[in-house]
Amino acid sequence: MKAGKLNYHLAAGLDDAIALNLAHDGMAKYMAGGQSLMPMMNLRLASSEEIIDITRIPELGQSRAMGEHFFMGAGITHAMIEDGKVHDPAQGYLQHVAHGIAYRSIRNKGTLGGSLAHADPAADWPTALLALGAVAVIKRPGGDVQIPLADFQLGLMETCLGEADLLMGVLLPQLSTSARWSYVKFCHKVGEFAHSIGAVVLDTTQGLANAVLGAAGDKPVLLPRLSAKLSQGMRLSELTTDAFTALLEQDIAEQTSHDKSSYDFHLHKTMITRAVTEALKK
Amino acid sequence: MSTISLTVNGIEVVDVIDDRTTLADFLRDHLNLTGTHLACEHGVCGACTVLVDEVPIRACITLALSVAGKSARTIEDFEDDPKMQVIRECFSEAHGLQCGFCTPGMVLTVRDMIQRGRCVNAQEIRQELAGNLCRCTGYSGIVKATELARDRIKNSAA
Repeated sequence: MKAGKLNYHLAAGLDDAIALNLAHDGMAKYMAGGQSLMPMMNLRLASSEEIIDITRIPELGQSRAMGEHFFMGAGITHAMIEDGKVHDPAQGYLQHVAHGIAYRSIRNKGTLGGSLAHADPAADWPTALLALGAVAVIKRPGGDVQIPLADFQLGLMETCLGEADLLMGVLLPQLSTSARWSYVKFCHKVGEFAHSIGAVVLDTTQGLANAVLGAAGDKPVLLPRLSAKLSQGMRLSELTTDAFTALLEQDIAEQTSHDKSSYDFHLHKTMITRAVTEALKK
Repeated sequence: MSTISLTVNGIEVVDVIDDRTTLADFLRDHLNLTGTHLACEHGVCGACTVLVDEVPIRACITLALSVAGKSARTIEDFEDDPKMQVIRECFSEAHGLQCGFCTPGMVLTVRDMIQRGRCVNAQEIRQELAGNLCRCTGYSGIVKATELARDRIKNSAA
């Protein structure tokens, strides 16, 4: 239960981190909080001979308004968001999500960017930020790029990050006070990876109406029919109708590989229904 | 191998370690601070909880080199800590431990919960303590001990 042999490098800045990685032919691994990577390395499920510690790069800890958006550095920890030490541009949504991540001692180290780059399908930020319509800001050796989160995660622990690419942070919409959101998840034990996550973000002033299902497959998925229905101004009373059930079942059946009669299918349906109920009640 | 320098329990420490050494192994094997316990070694059980720059972290999934220049505090540093003295008494009184293996991590976590005001009721205590496993199934005692410690620390501060 110990990590294999590795060389530790401390990156002083963004360019330094990328140069270090390129010096190892892009085969080095960036480590932020290491709260997923270290357990996997201890269990020998992951290995990297070269580890680049990016936790002390000042730019990654920054957060600021950028035009209509709000930039959050990839190195910001869950605990900083939970404690309100970083402005929450999503009317308390991020703070709510952060509080529910794993345990406090994990939240003190784990980071927003680390969670996205690790791309665990049951992790919280990939689902929560997809529902928020976030955009990933990536430092790429050839020039920086911005990629919507919907195109960022490709599959199970796989992202569009190239070999030496470094996720700098995310651009988030600034939600209005009339925005409604919900984030519910099902865990057998507090703090474990969820078995199902339902996230809903509605903000008419931003043209935002997203319902996302997490922990249901290789990556979080946007439910297109439900999102369209929500954007048309769905009422709470419609939740109990057969039409709504049919729509939701069609969305889940198309976006996941679960059989309609399975426990998982029912669980996902329940979590999404709960999420929609909570959001519409706000 | 790399040179590491950090503060452990208020004392400046300089050593040469294998890069892959976790903070927990460094504390236990290099500094002989064996109060930091290792059980799951993948961040689930909370037995290895220590403070780095005054916040609890898991020493088993933290590379020692990543905390270079910072200040670590292990259970051995809390002998005279006023809050910890109260927590220890309460754990003893309310039967908050049996074998004691999880206890260093438990009491460090409880101290942090009390400081953050995250132990309003038994339900919140159970949620906040979910990351610390006790295999003697002593949770009822631990929750009672935490409630007792919370009230006593609040009263002594008032």
